[in-house]
Amino acid sequence: MSFAAILRRELILARRTGAGAELGLVFFLILISVVPFALGPDQRLIGRIAPAILWIAALLSTLLGLDRLLQADEDDGIVDHFLLSGTPLVALLAVKALAHWLVTGLPLALAAPLLGVMLAIEPAAMLPLALSLLIGTPALTLIGLVGAALTVSLRRGGLLLSILVLPLSIPTLIFGVTLVKEAAEGRPFTTPLMLLCAVSLMMLAVAPAGAAAALKFARN
Amino acid sequence: MEQMSRPSLWLRLANPAAFNTLARWLLGPLVVLTIAAFGYGLYLAFAASPADYQQGETVRIMYIHVPAAWLSLFVYAGMAVSALGTLVFRHPMADVAQKAAAPIGAGFTLICLVTGSIWGKPMWGTWWEWDARLTSVLILFLLYLGIIALWRAIEEPARAARAVAILTLVGVVNLPIIKFSVDWWYTLHQPASVFRMGGPTIHPTMLAPLFVMALGYLALYLVLLIVRMKTELLERRIERLQILAADGERP
Repeated sequence: MSFAAILRRELILARRTGAGAELGLVFFLILISVVPFALGPDQRLIGRIAPAILWIAALLSTLLGLDRLLQADEDDGIVDHFLLSGTPLVALLAVKALAHWLVTGLPLALAAPLLGVMLAIEPAAMLPLALSLLIGTPALTLIGLVGAALTVSLRRGGLLLSILVLPLSIPTLIFGVTLVKEAAEGRPFTTPLMLLCAVSLMMLAVAPAGAAAALKFARN
Repeated sequence: MEQMSRPSLWLRLANPAAFNTLARWLLGPLVVLTIAAFGYGLYLAFAASPADYQQGETVRIMYIHVPAAWLSLFVYAGMAVSALGTLVFRHPMADVAQKAAAPIGAGFTLICLVTGSIWGKPMWGTWWEWDARLTSVLILFLLYLGIIALWRAIEEPARAARAVAILTLVGVVNLPIIKFSVDWWYTLHQPASVFRMGGPTIHPTMLAPLFVMALGYLALYLVLLIVRMKTELLERRIERLQILAADGERP
């Protein structure tokens, strides 16, 4: 099976079922416009917690649609096709994760500087913020992939999925936010950057294999 | 040749009846050991050990808190081994052990969190501090709850066992983070003082009650684990019998 074909299919499906990148961006815009209403229009306060808001937005947007990520394919037999195709399931799931990240993580990372301006973030932290999201959000998607594979047989797995996925995402969140904080205060942020890379790479190694195992074990 | 004719203990335990026999033998001595270790340990902790020169009497919370923290990690490690037993060796008792262990581990983690919080109030002046190690123990607690929730969500035991096994192994990634989080994000919590390079830094008079209490906790864990495993086996048997009975009633 061609990886490009799967990727293309995923992106088209996301777009036509209302989960495309542009809707993701609207979601972020709404999230950050809700924040001042909840906190009051204090620029300094908002600026201080802006990295946290954007990272929580990343977590939320990763969670959205995660319960359908594999379930729809399981229902209409695509997963069986995957298994019969002879291509390693690990690689196919990695492509699915990539597609999910392209419509959730990447748009947020790219729009982060703009959203950062609206949230009065320190100018020095603007690019590090985008960088942290660019490196960190793949880890979130990959963790979510495992959760989606584990709950694939459950009709209403959404809540359980978040309970499984969020604790595992916490290290990513910590390193990501620390990176932005260090940058905002003008300190070098190599250490959190390296740790964030480490988390993402480790998840890249572990998560597709875990998800593939979960899908296989769920059907015998 | 001897080994060929007589399967190893590990293999024989795959039979629930063999497990039950072993459990009957082990349970009595373990209960005695639990009571003895807790009795002696609590005596040492509350009467026969000195108060700390800085922390005063509150240091005694440590004898409840620290073994619970050790056990919370130990139980998770045991569950990871069971997970391998389920996925790799397909040992029939492995998932029984894992299902039985999860709530006990969650209980130890909760004891660790609550006693830590009670200790934190006089020491740090706050019930809860978002410091690295507290937070990681909280994550461990959430992982336990997630595992228990997944067990409950998937109806078929064999399928649930495999899903939980994978979740447990993915969660194992979290264990080293907990242990070394102190070095990474050290804020308020004490740096590790028992297991560290260059030997323990706490005085032997405090170390003795700590280890006796740890032994008590370990024995208690084994007692609870065996009882819960036996219960789980009985539950599965009841379920099978009910299905058979329902089949029998069908015209």
